[in-house]
Amino acid sequence: MHTWLNDGFLRSSILLLTIVCVCAGGVRAQAPSTCLDCHAALDPPLQVTQAQFSQDIHAQQGLTCASCHGGDPTKADMDAMSKAAGFLGKIQRKQIPELCGHCHSDGAFMRKYNPSLRTDQLTQYKTSVHGKRLLQGDTKVAVCIDCHGVHDLRPASDPRSKISPLNVAQTCSRCHSDAKYMQGYGIPTDQYANYNLSVHHEAMTVRGDLSAPTCPTCHGNHGAAPPGIDSVKNVCANCHVFQAQMYDKSTHKVAFQSAGLPGCVVCHSNHGISLPTDAKLGTGPEAVCMRCHKPGDICDQARAKMLQDLTQLDGAVKAADRILAIAESSGMEVSEARTEQDQARDSLTKARVTIHSFKTELVEQDIQAGLQIAAKTQAEGQAALAERDRRRRGLGLSLVIILAVLLGLRLYIRQIESNASKVETAELHR
Amino acid sequence: MFATLRNWIDERFNWADLTAPLRKKTVPAHDLSYWYFLGGITLFLFGIQVCTGILLLLYYRPSANEAFESVQYIMTRVQFGWLVRSIHSWAANLMIFTAFCHMFSVLFLGAYRKPRELTWITGMLLLFLAMGFGFSGYLLPWNTLAFFATKVGTEITGQVPLIGHGLKVFLRGGEDVTGATLTRFFGFHVALLPGLTTLLLLTHIALVQYFGMSVPPAVEARWKASPSEARQMKFFPNFFLRELMAWYIALGVLGALAAILPWELGAKADPFAPAPAGIRPEWYFMFMFQTLKKIPAKVWFADGDVLGILVFGVAGVIWLLLPFFDQAGGRRGRRLVLGAGIFALSYIIAMTIYAYMAK
Repeated sequence: MHTWLNDGFLRSSILLLTIVCVCAGGVRAQAPSTCLDCHAALDPPLQVTQAQFSQDIHAQQGLTCASCHGGDPTKADMDAMSKAAGFLGKIQRKQIPELCGHCHSDGAFMRKYNPSLRTDQLTQYKTSVHGKRLLQGDTKVAVCIDCHGVHDLRPASDPRSKISPLNVAQTCSRCHSDAKYMQGYGIPTDQYANYNLSVHHEAMTVRGDLSAPTCPTCHGNHGAAPPGIDSVKNVCANCHVFQAQMYDKSTHKVAFQSAGLPGCVVCHSNHGISLPTDAKLGTGPEAVCMRCHKPGDICDQARAKMLQDLTQLDGAVKAADRILAIAESSGMEVSEARTEQDQARDSLTKARVTIHSFKTELVEQDIQAGLQIAAKTQAEGQAALAERDRRRRGLGLSLVIILAVLLGLRLYIRQIESNASKVETAELHR
Repeated sequence: MFATLRNWIDERFNWADLTAPLRKKTVPAHDLSYWYFLGGITLFLFGIQVCTGILLLLYYRPSANEAFESVQYIMTRVQFGWLVRSIHSWAANLMIFTAFCHMFSVLFLGAYRKPRELTWITGMLLLFLAMGFGFSGYLLPWNTLAFFATKVGTEITGQVPLIGHGLKVFLRGGEDVTGATLTRFFGFHVALLPGLTTLLLLTHIALVQYFGMSVPPAVEARWKASPSEARQMKFFPNFFLRELMAWYIALGVLGALAAILPWELGAKADPFAPAPAGIRPEWYFMFMFQTLKKIPAKVWFADGDVLGILVFGVAGVIWLLLPFFDQAGGRRGRRLVLGAGIFALSYIIAMTIYAYMAK
């Protein structure tokens, strides 16, 4: 870090002075730029087209090439890129955070563009693994442009942005899934592959829930670092509040802490978190309890009791659902029972949350509440089916009566027409 | 008891004079006489609508906050409420179906001809009113499907040139479908439309009584050639009892539909929710709905929807004045009207089937 400061001190000072001058000149001033005239025709990586740059949030806010690269875009040819014009050329990777931070850490300056945008990115970055390693001279680590892009930089709210919730995991994976690139860092490279199988990824991509967790949700963005063992629970608790409260009451919290185990991750894993099922409490391949506990011990008994309770309520809810579905398909109005069923389902969900307390009596309370509702809705479903049968019997009886009346009417018509015909014949004979 | 009552009336009003028109009235008796029952069945179903509608009014609350819940209450808590609501919904549909059948039977049997032009016109206006009953009543349970179907339906009226926007705002009670629309539709459904219908219905029945039943042209020609073949049936009791049998059959069908396929309520309308898939109007609007869906956005220089609405509007007016086209065109006019009838019937059936198959 000292070396970097000493080597780059003079250059950094010139760079910052230039930027200050450019900014002071008014970044919104749309001076005619000649940069793209040439750079649009160059080959990558020097190529920057008008179409590309026009998509850039900075360009849209009135910043020009010179805002970052210096120089005088109003001059033609190489005069624009002369040292006399303050041209900086390609920004060195290790200088990029400071360059971006020059504006983005200036609250007063940024307020003019986006008052809600945070201005602690550079400070955060310096606490991140990326930032720390950069200061140590490792230029392979991510700097601002690796995640945000350059020359076509879009805000996170733009779905085309590399850092939009839907794209950010893939952006991280460009380095973190590249085993060759990550060689020497001593961390796995299967995070992205595992994340793609996770319930969080499914929530994001299948259900379209953009608030579902992705890499920065747990690791932070500018301050990206692996959450420490002690803080894993706090990270998960940002969303899974009640599970965390229950876990705090449990004996597992102390046990995991003393064993140096990372809380939630012990049972749920980290990147590849699958949808938790009741089978986790079982003894089959998905089971997690028996990885640590012995068969028959007091914890195993509690596990078996909780699993039995959950299975019972799950079965009761499904049975009530089935009977209500039959009643509904028969045209019976059971929407009130359906709403009550939601409460039974809520009790089941609550019981599954309470499991994290590992206290059978607490789970039992939720289960009993759910069972009572399920029994009521089951009875309502049966009553609806009984009512349906009553209606059909009533219909059968009504149809019999209607048929009898029709028959009676037909016979009566025949009789009066036959009598009339006899009268007519008698009158003719007379 | 009946004799006592009859004597009581007889002493005051003379029973024989009162029932004289009924005893004198006759109905032509021929192979196609059963088509005469359709008007009566439609009238019977309208009567059921009035009775069940009054019963529903005892519990129904016409506001966006309470409409759905009140219908739900009728269906689950009120004794036989489910039956009353189901019968009201099914009878509405059957009534429009029998009204359509009645209209086409009148058309194909030539019953609209001189001197019955006004009977045809009042009948057509009654059919339009029945469709208005259907459209306004569809929204009243305030469920999702009805809410969005009304939104689409009133949006279509907004396409009518010149008066479209005003008409849409008038129907909706504002720019959008809200609780104000519901209250307004309720007013149309239980006050305005019944009032107009009663007037037109009385006129229609009076005209039918005045002119008597029409004899189909083919039968008329046969009877003219051979007068001894001409048969008449007494209206009371012979025709009336047969009509009564038809009403009983309609009642049986209605009861079976209500008990086996109770009219569903669906989910409560949420104006802020996105429109669900499969929004559709009632079946009798489907041929128009499907046509408007299939018309390209631009036809030459005209807007497709506007053109479609104009075509249906013009077709409706021509249909209303059909008897006059027949009269003006002589034998050719009669063939033209028959052709138009066959085309309209085929078009309505084909487009309705297509709409349900394509959904």
